[in-house]
Amino acid sequence: MPPSIALRGVSKVYRPPKKPPYLAIDRVDLEVDEGRFVSVVGPSGCGKSTILSLVAGLIPATIGTITIRDDPVRAVRTDVGFLFQRDALLPWRTVRENVSLALRFRGLGRREIADRVDPWLVRVGLAPFADNFPHELSGGMRKRTQLAQSLVVDPSVLLMDEPFSALDVQTRNLMENDLLELWGASGKTVLFITHDLEEAIALSDELVVMTAGPGRIKARYPVRLPRPRNVSEVRFAPGFASLYERAWSDLRDEVLRSYERSLRSAS
Amino acid sequence: MSATATLGVERVPLARREWFVRTLQLGVILFFIAAWEGLGRAGLLDPFYYSRPSLFAPRIAEWFAPGSTAGDIWLDIRVTMTETVLGFLIGTLLGLIVGYAFARNRLLGLAFDPLLSMFNAIPRLVLAPVFILAFGIDLASKVALGVTLVFFIVFFATFAAVRDVDQTLVDNVRILGARRRDVTFEVLLPAAFSAIVASLRTSAGFAFAGAVVAEYIGSNAGLGRRIATAEAFFDSTGVFGGIVLIALLALLLDSLLQFVEGRSSRWKPRRER
Repeated sequence: MPPSIALRGVSKVYRPPKKPPYLAIDRVDLEVDEGRFVSVVGPSGCGKSTILSLVAGLIPATIGTITIRDDPVRAVRTDVGFLFQRDALLPWRTVRENVSLALRFRGLGRREIADRVDPWLVRVGLAPFADNFPHELSGGMRKRTQLAQSLVVDPSVLLMDEPFSALDVQTRNLMENDLLELWGASGKTVLFITHDLEEAIALSDELVVMTAGPGRIKARYPVRLPRPRNVSEVRFAPGFASLYERAWSDLRDEVLRSYERSLRSAS
Repeated sequence: MSATATLGVERVPLARREWFVRTLQLGVILFFIAAWEGLGRAGLLDPFYYSRPSLFAPRIAEWFAPGSTAGDIWLDIRVTMTETVLGFLIGTLLGLIVGYAFARNRLLGLAFDPLLSMFNAIPRLVLAPVFILAFGIDLASKVALGVTLVFFIVFFATFAAVRDVDQTLVDNVRILGARRRDVTFEVLLPAAFSAIVASLRTSAGFAFAGAVVAEYIGSNAGLGRRIATAEAFFDSTGVFGGIVLIALLALLLDSLLQFVEGRSSRWKPRRER
């Protein structure tokens, strides 16, 4: 079976107007097998979000090839789910309308849309808020809406860009558990970007540590913790601490390097 | 002494008491009218220039009386309102189309930017005589002036809204399967409408002002015409009657639009409305 997601020798150069071009990621090779939950951690500015935008086809790679199930990414992929760090719900649409979007774009009829959207609203606990607007919801509820919005078309790949970083710690833990539960039996591949090592280990099957920009893959660690997991308890599981220590010693150097660089460019 | 007891005696500030604020507002208006009337009667306001409430209020009533010698007031109101509505609608539509096109096409925007800035720098009301010469003294010249006023407000609002639309929203709907057309109708136009609704009251006010000023300068009907006629007879009561009537209509128009604005921005957080 082909890998669900594959990046082969992928580099990305950004050319911002009136600024020198810079290399965001440098010759990244990464394969993610079908149904795996893989997290990418790295210091800020290491290009980890760039990887997701490339896989989703939002931006083209400068060199290298990206494939989803052997199908080269050439334009925006509508067969993936994408959870943005920032609020991506349409503020002028209700929860139900937002969750319906992907089905409407696919030209489904009213009846069919309702049949598929309603169960999702129930699953993410938003049925009582179906006719509310996003600004009337809490941060956690908005994330749930976004999750339902992406999953309603049943994509085989879920790309998540620090989706929970804006939430408070308690809400965040709840959302992480909900995510694991939704993912559990679905067989979906998840590529999860975060700067939080603990979150990355608690959720994933595999951990990818990136270097400070330009981002390269520094190390990969399998996470052999039993499932199903509860994210607020798994950190006390045997093996968690030692993995955390090993990965952190990789990450720490990169975080320091990125920090020093930001100080230099600020002065 | 429990916490609830303390909460129970907490006073509601006067500014939060609806009835108090309303009474206060009414009091200020009544005081203003009384002061005006008083100064007029005491001879401190020259009656040749400044009429007073007890004179122009009956005048307005007389205008509305059947068979008034000053001509049909409803016709004047209808004419002014027609001009306002047409100026507003055409100006908004043009502003929306051009603003959207310029925001979506960088080169087009850059090419026309200096010319538009130049037009926008002209105090639009000086164009009234030009329009009256070009379009005659009827409806068209009044509408044209309203359009030039409304157009720029809507144009700038639309342009900024479409150009600055959150890229995350666009990326998200594209991944959800939106085609070009869907991006336009689901993201870009709603963002533009939101900006237009926010400037609705300003632009409608300008359309109204444009209609009245153009009527004043040259027309044969409308509220501006009514003021110009009164002025020609040194009839300050007629002038003030017209001004007060215009102010009342503007107030009515504004509260109508406030209602529309409230209805169409239910999705916005309260502090942004």
